[in-house]
Amino acid sequence: MSEAATVDTANTTTAVDIRGVSKIFGAGSDAFTALDDVSVAIRENEFFTLLGPSGCGKTTLLRLIAGFEHATRGTVLLYGEDISDQPPYERPVNTVFQSYALFPHLTVAQNVSFGLEMLGREKSEIREAVDRMLKLVRMEPMRNRRTEQISGGQQQRVALARALAPRPKVLLLDEPLSALDLKLRKEMQGELKRLQHETGITFIFVTHDQEEALTMSDRVAVMNEGRILQVGSPREIYDRPGDRFVASFIGEMNFLVSKIESVESDRVRVVFPGGAAAFAERPKDFEPAGEVTLAVRPEYVRIENAGTPDTLPATVTEKVYFGTDTHYHLRLHDGAELVSRLQNARGREDTHPVGDRVGVRWATGSAQILKG
Amino acid sequence: MAEPAAQARRGRRFSVKNLPGVTGMAMLCFVLLYAPIVTLVTYSFNAGESIALWEGFSWRWYAAAWENDTVQEAAVRSFVVALFASAISTTLATMAALGTTRTGPFPGRTAIYVLINQPLMVPEIVTAVALLIFFASIKVATGYSGLAYLIAAHSAFCVPFAYLPIRARLEGMDPTLELAAADLYASDWMAFSRVTLPLLTPGIVAGAMLAFVISLDDVVITEFVKSAGQDTLPTYMLGQLRRAISPEVNAISTALLAITVVLLTAFFLLSRKRRVDGE
Amino acid sequence: MTADAVNPTETAIRERQVRRNWLLCVPALVLLVFAASGPLLIVLVYSFLEPGDYSGVIWKFSTEGWFQVVFSRDIFDETISLADAHLSIIWRSASLSLATTALTLLFGFPTAYFIATRPESHRAAWLFLITIPFWTNLLIRTFAIMEVVRNEGILNSALKGLGVIDEPIQLLYTETAVLIGMVYVYLPLMVLPLYAAMERLDFRLVEAAYDLYATRLRVLRRVIIPLVKPGIVAGSILVFVPSLGAYVTPRVLGGGKNMMLGNLIELQFGQGRNWPLGAALSLTLLVIVTVALLFYVRNVSRGSRYG
Repeated sequence: MSEAATVDTANTTTAVDIRGVSKIFGAGSDAFTALDDVSVAIRENEFFTLLGPSGCGKTTLLRLIAGFEHATRGTVLLYGEDISDQPPYERPVNTVFQSYALFPHLTVAQNVSFGLEMLGREKSEIREAVDRMLKLVRMEPMRNRRTEQISGGQQQRVALARALAPRPKVLLLDEPLSALDLKLRKEMQGELKRLQHETGITFIFVTHDQEEALTMSDRVAVMNEGRILQVGSPREIYDRPGDRFVASFIGEMNFLVSKIESVESDRVRVVFPGGAAAFAERPKDFEPAGEVTLAVRPEYVRIENAGTPDTLPATVTEKVYFGTDTHYHLRLHDGAELVSRLQNARGREDTHPVGDRVGVRWATGSAQILKG
Repeated sequence: MAEPAAQARRGRRFSVKNLPGVTGMAMLCFVLLYAPIVTLVTYSFNAGESIALWEGFSWRWYAAAWENDTVQEAAVRSFVVALFASAISTTLATMAALGTTRTGPFPGRTAIYVLINQPLMVPEIVTAVALLIFFASIKVATGYSGLAYLIAAHSAFCVPFAYLPIRARLEGMDPTLELAAADLYASDWMAFSRVTLPLLTPGIVAGAMLAFVISLDDVVITEFVKSAGQDTLPTYMLGQLRRAISPEVNAISTALLAITVVLLTAFFLLSRKRRVDGE
Repeated sequence: MTADAVNPTETAIRERQVRRNWLLCVPALVLLVFAASGPLLIVLVYSFLEPGDYSGVIWKFSTEGWFQVVFSRDIFDETISLADAHLSIIWRSASLSLATTALTLLFGFPTAYFIATRPESHRAAWLFLITIPFWTNLLIRTFAIMEVVRNEGILNSALKGLGVIDEPIQLLYTETAVLIGMVYVYLPLMVLPLYAAMERLDFRLVEAAYDLYATRLRVLRRVIIPLVKPGIVAGSILVFVPSLGAYVTPRVLGGGKNMMLGNLIELQFGQGRNWPLGAALSLTLLVIVTVALLFYVRNVSRGSRYG
């Protein structure tokens, strides 16, 4: 794993520090490793997202921070204090559950006040905090409703208000938007960003939706099979994926097998099995050699007329219309396939019909050599 | 929408769910189920002595039963036993339900299930005989022959009846609610008393009502366990049968029936509400 | 804390949880062992003792109790013969229980099917109509049947009114009355599991069968019945087991002549004053019931593959 935390400017406090955490469920032959030696530092006040496919360990990691699970190995630190052995009710972190888990026997306001009551706060303070929270999530008119009498989106807001009311040091959000329909989800994405901004609380957000992760987060950790593969800003994750999994999980990516021909100061020249050659950015953290995978996003692949200098000869095999853009499926002469995504515009409908011979190229900086 | 007339012209349409004769058979079944009960209830209000000849409406058999000291005593005994038995069995069943759900399998859980459900599987007469033998020797050894034997026996066979609705309720409960409580700074005890218990209450009430009805209705085990002069209403009624059947017994039956119907209706409404807020 | 040391919390928490579970169950288990399961072992012990003169037992080992379940010894010449009285009672118990099971299935199947095919909002109400008799005191229901089958009861009056018979038929204190009574009291026990199975029935499968040219009878035989088989088995067991151990119904409706196993057992603890025989008979009943339950468990676990 790359030492992302040390690469970034370390002028902020670390809120949550995960150190060498492993979690193994079951024992013997049934044992399942949910987390495999995970280390990550989450900074104060950031919107941090754990992104990965289902079963990658992201929810387990969140539950470990909340205290619902206990690490098999390793420690969890909150502002430098080891909280690994603390029960959930002693940890100053709160959770927004995927199912919201609102108490069905309590009203909206009673749900929001629950945490403060458990902390033994003054009645007047509780009342004030509940009012403030309900205003914050715009649920004031519903304060005396039963939780089953309000819509999914409203339940979501109440769950947020309930978790924010005790002013936790860290707010944990376990796929909170997955139960909402698309339109409401978009709305709540903006709402969450606003809440994080207004409260200044560290958010740790779990999702399997890459778009959600990219649009909302300050930083993203991409996880797979119990490991963190890469930590970085959405832009870094998208433009400089650390490995093949990250590259294919986030956005779409063309992978082309090639061989390193020469390494220059900031670029490398590769040759494809068919003999054609192209350039790619020189990787910063390793020295490429021999057979490598070249990765290039479909939107960076340009299509020119056949025979244009510095292009790879290819044939259009299929065209798929997507509304905003069209995907051109192309086959290089050595048989390798790749996709080019061109934005649609009036008057460009008939360029490059299926079967057309074309030339393919990309800017050196948009192609990347992957490890292995 | 087709016109009603057009629909009528087409006659009865094919329906996937229909099987010939099912409705008739089902209706016959409901009539047969209720006719005897309705007859019994009706004749408990008969002014005459006969249980075959209707001589007009009267409360006299209820009055007779009410004024009968033996009946009164048996009724009080029945209620005392049923109250204790339902309270004890529901408390123990609630604890057992909390101990057997939501933590996954653990060593001995199957054995616990078997023990708890055992009274449902062993024929009542066998349990009755076993308790007769066991309690007889305790009675000899201790000299005590009070109501405790009946209460203990009733509490035991009521446990599975109380356990089932409580366990069902617990299993239907979202376990993340308790996690949410813990996350919001509730200690184990606070999470239990403020979240689990309030949500469990309908199940506990349902269990207690079932246990009460079961205890109130028991004949066989009571008949074998009771000491001399410890008749409950059902054993009193069974004893009366050796002589001529009297409308008085009908009146007592109807009263017991009314209690059962009231408790069951409450149970029915309670479990309907449960389905609503279980959403 | 070193990173590679295994955290002890996890196993400690699990152990604490299991201990807590057991502690919560202990009070119920103590009560059940004391007043339900434990005494069954004493019955086993008593079945191997000698009967006392008036009641109870003499603490001397004997297999006479078990012997007497099936055989009888002549008082004078000690010749051994089959205990006809006992065997006929066991036979009556078994045959009446089987007949009860068959008849409740005959009535219960259409009733359950009827309820299961009602609109969802009506089902609970129909089901409630089945549950009321189910929870009504067994003794009361038996009384109700008694009034129906009496010489002056509504059944005879109705038949007389219709001109079918001139003289009332003696029904009360016959095997027929016991059978009618048992079918009546155990019918809800058949309907409820049948309904549970039918409610889960996917009627798209029935549609598919009709679509593939099956007639109604074939749909019933080849699709519906196989799919609800677990419910049929469960209902049959739920009816058969208590029928076999029935005590109240044969006592009230059968009189002294039409005893079943339950009444025979009671007799040994009453007038018969033969506790070891009573204990042995109880265990015989328990064994038959256990076999039936094991049959059920095996059938249901096999049946669950389909459902």
